Amino acid sequence: MDFNDTPQEAEFRAEVKAWLKANVPDQNQEVASAYSSRQNQAEALAKAKQWQAKKAAAGYAAITWPTELGGLGGTPMQNVIYADEESKYVVPRGFFDIGLGMCIPTLIKHGTDAHRQRYVKPALYGEEVWCQLFSEPVAGSDLAGIRTRAEKDGDDWILNGQKIWTSGAHHADYGIIVTRSDPAVPKHQGLTFFFLDMKSPGVEVKPIKQISGGRNFNEVFFTDVRVPDSQRLGGVGEGWKVSLTTLMNERLSAGRTLDADMVEFIAMIKTFTMEDGSPAIKNADVRGKLADWYAQGQGLKYTRFRTMTALSKGQTPGPEASIGKCVSASRSQDYAAFAMELMEMGGVVTDPDHSPQQGFFPESWILSPAMRIAGGTDEILRNIIAERVLGLPGDVRVDKDMPFNELPTGA
Amino acid sequence: MNFDFSNEQKMLKDQARKFLQDQCSSTVVRQVLEGEMEYASHVWQEMAQMGWQGTCIPEAYGGAGLGYLELCVLAEEVGRSLAPIPFSSSVYLAAEALLSAGSEAQKSHWLPKLSSGEAIGVLALAEGAGAPVESHLQCQFSGGQLTGKKMPVLDGPLADVAIVVAKDGETGGVSLVLVDVADSSVQTEPLTTVDPTRPQAIMTFNNTPAECLGAPGKGWGLLTQLFNKAAVLLAFEQIGGADAALQMARDYALGRYAFGRQIGSFQAIKHKLADCYIKNELARSNTYFGAWALSTNARELPLAAATARVSATQAFEFAAKENIQTHGGMGYTWEFDCHLYYRRAKLLALSLGSALTWKNRLVDQLEQPSAA
Repeated sequence: MDFNDTPQEAEFRAEVKAWLKANVPDQNQEVASAYSSRQNQAEALAKAKQWQAKKAAAGYAAITWPTELGGLGGTPMQNVIYADEESKYVVPRGFFDIGLGMCIPTLIKHGTDAHRQRYVKPALYGEEVWCQLFSEPVAGSDLAGIRTRAEKDGDDWILNGQKIWTSGAHHADYGIIVTRSDPAVPKHQGLTFFFLDMKSPGVEVKPIKQISGGRNFNEVFFTDVRVPDSQRLGGVGEGWKVSLTTLMNERLSAGRTLDADMVEFIAMIKTFTMEDGSPAIKNADVRGKLADWYAQGQGLKYTRFRTMTALSKGQTPGPEASIGKCVSASRSQDYAAFAMELMEMGGVVTDPDHSPQQGFFPESWILSPAMRIAGGTDEILRNIIAERVLGLPGDVRVDKDMPFNELPTGA
Repeated sequence: MNFDFSNEQKMLKDQARKFLQDQCSSTVVRQVLEGEMEYASHVWQEMAQMGWQGTCIPEAYGGAGLGYLELCVLAEEVGRSLAPIPFSSSVYLAAEALLSAGSEAQKSHWLPKLSSGEAIGVLALAEGAGAPVESHLQCQFSGGQLTGKKMPVLDGPLADVAIVVAKDGETGGVSLVLVDVADSSVQTEPLTTVDPTRPQAIMTFNNTPAECLGAPGKGWGLLTQLFNKAAVLLAFEQIGGADAALQMARDYALGRYAFGRQIGSFQAIKHKLADCYIKNELARSNTYFGAWALSTNARELPLAAATARVSATQAFEFAAKENIQTHGGMGYTWEFDCHLYYRRAKLLALSLGSALTWKNRLVDQLEQPSAA
């Protein structure tokens, strides 16, 4: 049992460290300002594109992809090592994760050579941004219940309907979309999958104002949008199968370790006193909660180490890799809320000049509900653990064999 | 990154699991529960033949001379099987105390006996309800004699040798004191407890001949170190038990039907068991880190031990109580094994000190400038 790299891993890590040191711009940037939802999005995107181009040229934008697609032909462990090292810097993040993590892998698997030739490289270099058009107002956790219609018209398909929660649609050049091509068959059987130009006539993107005040995702409306049949991915009626490959491509989360936030939290607690003048850090409630969150945080960290160990040995990680978001999302919500409680009346202040840690905790509190919903709700993730890990039965599905257009809708 | 046990250690674990499945089923646990025997002595003896009690004891003292990682995998299987044997008392506490603080004569006398299973050792700390406090101990060691009362002493009715934490008359501090329980001045009175599968006792010492283990007056520090090591090992017992309780709940949820379907298909049950799984995995990961710190004698051991202890305690207690809940009324019957886990989870949660105590220790460590 040790935490050391193998000689090959150490060599790769050294290369990555040297490259990051030589190439990361603005190395003294403060974390709080870089992650703030208050930053200007257009400016942030421009910076992100520059950084992405640099990464792609060095091969680090898609470490596990084959070299003929612009990747590094590397291992999942190398991917983790890169993410580990990159997380020590403040670099633009988040603009290409969906495109490179979900959209392009789906296109690579289900598209033609011509598609791969045309779209993979510009996406990799950050020149073209992709979004994923899956959820709808009536279909979130129940994704196969989507209603956006696709009707064949000559060599084209005509799309009508609405998508929602589409991250980055407002700056996306292309999107992948799952549609209903046949409402008369049971819901999983009537779906067809396409990709489309987001600048096509009839596509309208409306940003959704979130409770944080930010506008990171959108409603997308489709009115008689024409998509050539050549942009269909997978067979007609096989859209569900294609969607599953997209969802399986969600990358192993290899992000920042949780040590840093705990250190900041403790540092802040040490500056507070209780009403009776005693130090907050000596309060039994505070200590109990601190211990719980620390133990959870360390549990996540070392669970990730177990996953990395499997990757390092060339094995498939065990099911324990699936618990991360389930734990971390409500953990951040709870402890941000508790940090605000410690600030007493001052806890409501979000002004970075007048709130401890530049307003990090109130900001984290208002952002955290999204974490418990996006990318699989807490409840869906627990279903997945119960079914795939513990082998418990799936839900009874009353809609499974009924024609889609005969299902009750509540409308 | 190799944050895992070696193939040899995994093989040892598989062998241990198989042995305990065969020799220490819940039928055996129930024989102790019902008072048909004091502990599973045949399991204890067979374990001794395989060298388990001497896993970390050097060969010079009759042990196997292996490392803590080997002892960790055995502990997990002991925990999984709910084995009614004094493994934690004799191996993690008595033998470890002798190894870390004993004189050559003390080690030569006791370690071969503990290693062969011929003698059973215990640690006597508590003096009734409430956290033991260094300055409040009543048990007194003075002029080579020990006087006072300890209660409860886990595995006390089985003890041949006791390590007693006592006020030191000469230094005014606390000493660890070694007592041969065979002495006629030692009185051992059995106690009823929440987990009768591990016997407990009131031990009374009356001018009992005793000798210091380690430096006089330095016992509290030695005890803290001993507990940090034992906490990791006990956490392995806890994650083993937690896994078994979750498995039992899952199997029942698959076999039991209500409203025309398996109860395991209801989200109320699925989410409960998913939460069990999540807690178990977090605890397992923390416990592995504890194993690393223990086996390398890392400076992180106090924090790693407290973290492993807190999450393993929470995991086993949660799994044990939700296992009963998943079984419904059947889970509350004597006949079903659910209560065996519920009892053992509470016993393990309180021996070595409660989660409350260990959370405090965890935060004490975080308050150190170099922590986290």
